[in-house]
Amino acid sequence: MSKLSNLTRGILRENPVLVLVLGTCPTLAVSTQASNAVGMGLAATFVLICSNAVISALRNIIPDKVRIPCYIVLIAGFVTVVQMVLEAYAHSLFEALGIYLPLIVVNCIILGRAEMFANKNRVIDSALDGLGMGIGFTLTLLVMASIREVLGSGTWFGIAIPWLSDNGISVLTMAPGGFIVFGCLIALVNKILGRKQSPADESYCAGCPSADTCGRFGKEVR
Amino acid sequence: MIKLVSILMAAALVNNYVLRQFLGICPFLGVSKDLKSATGMSVAVIFVMCLATAVTWCIQTYLLVPRGMEYLQTVVFILVIAALVQLVEIALKKNIPALYRALGVYLPLITTNCAVLGVTIANLDKGYGFAESVVNAFGSGLGFFLAMVIFSGVRSQTENSEPPKPFEGLPLTLISASILSLSFFGFNGIVENLFG
Repeated sequence: MSKLSNLTRGILRENPVLVLVLGTCPTLAVSTQASNAVGMGLAATFVLICSNAVISALRNIIPDKVRIPCYIVLIAGFVTVVQMVLEAYAHSLFEALGIYLPLIVVNCIILGRAEMFANKNRVIDSALDGLGMGIGFTLTLLVMASIREVLGSGTWFGIAIPWLSDNGISVLTMAPGGFIVFGCLIALVNKILGRKQSPADESYCAGCPSADTCGRFGKEVR
Repeated sequence: MIKLVSILMAAALVNNYVLRQFLGICPFLGVSKDLKSATGMSVAVIFVMCLATAVTWCIQTYLLVPRGMEYLQTVVFILVIAALVQLVEIALKKNIPALYRALGVYLPLITTNCAVLGVTIANLDKGYGFAESVVNAFGSGLGFFLAMVIFSGVRSQTENSEPPKPFEGLPLTLISASILSLSFFGFNGIVENLFG
């Protein structure tokens, strides 16, 4: 697998949000404004690169049985770093992201990539994978936030757009708008990639980091 | 007492965690296929939310704040929740096997559920006391339960529908969730009008 494909895979073909359907909570929550979306995307990208690189470097040291708690502690450490940096240097973004900033810890993208990629691959590949997934996450957030902000409140990165700002569809900036825009975007990606049904829906749990722990859950319900 | 009731109603209906604040979307979309698993998952979430809030509130107030270590909040909370879920699983298995059979399969799923970590941090951000925190956690769990049960009903109906091909599966589910979320706007202002 070439280095380049490690990087570009996350952008569309294995887009973490639209194709793997990981990290839906922050996607829906912070995509009301483009500036918040980019801030959230960059914060998550930083955590993703660092955690992927460190987990990959430690993959032969961490015992297999306790790997999930180890990963969580590492990720939580990097999230704390991001929290402190943002609080000190970008306080308005820190306030705007609020509770969703510490919740990067439980963002499935990060734990999912650690489990699916970083613990099997070399450090450079894992860091590139983290960067690619982070870019995919940030771009998706930006697209969603742009749709919701432009049509919902008639602004883009806070700059008012003539006509649209007087005729905003305000429901798009609220919770139902998040669900509906996200649903339409996934349908659009399905159409572009020519899939009849999103594979994530078939094997929803496969993308989840707890899939291993709760394998019996999957069997019992289906 | 009135304050506690208003916190409970606000958490369960007005600020519904799933439909208004987008916390715990993964189980909401993943486990809502039928009523039985939706109920089991939600009851487990209510249980863990209350327990986690009680424990983390004490840790924050009596351990982290007096020592000036609030910056460790995120790391400590996620560890406490993970350990707590494990302990609850072991304790239930040993002492109350009937309850374990009902809830046990859902417990490992909850460790990485953002609603649980979210409620513990939100309580401290809002400066709630111990009783208020636990009531808020219970209310949030109740809201999760409500959303899950209603949505499992919606899904059993949409399962047999025939939408355009690209909308099949997840997109259709998300758009149904959007409509359900819209209907929860009806609860806006209910707390102010009842207790204001």
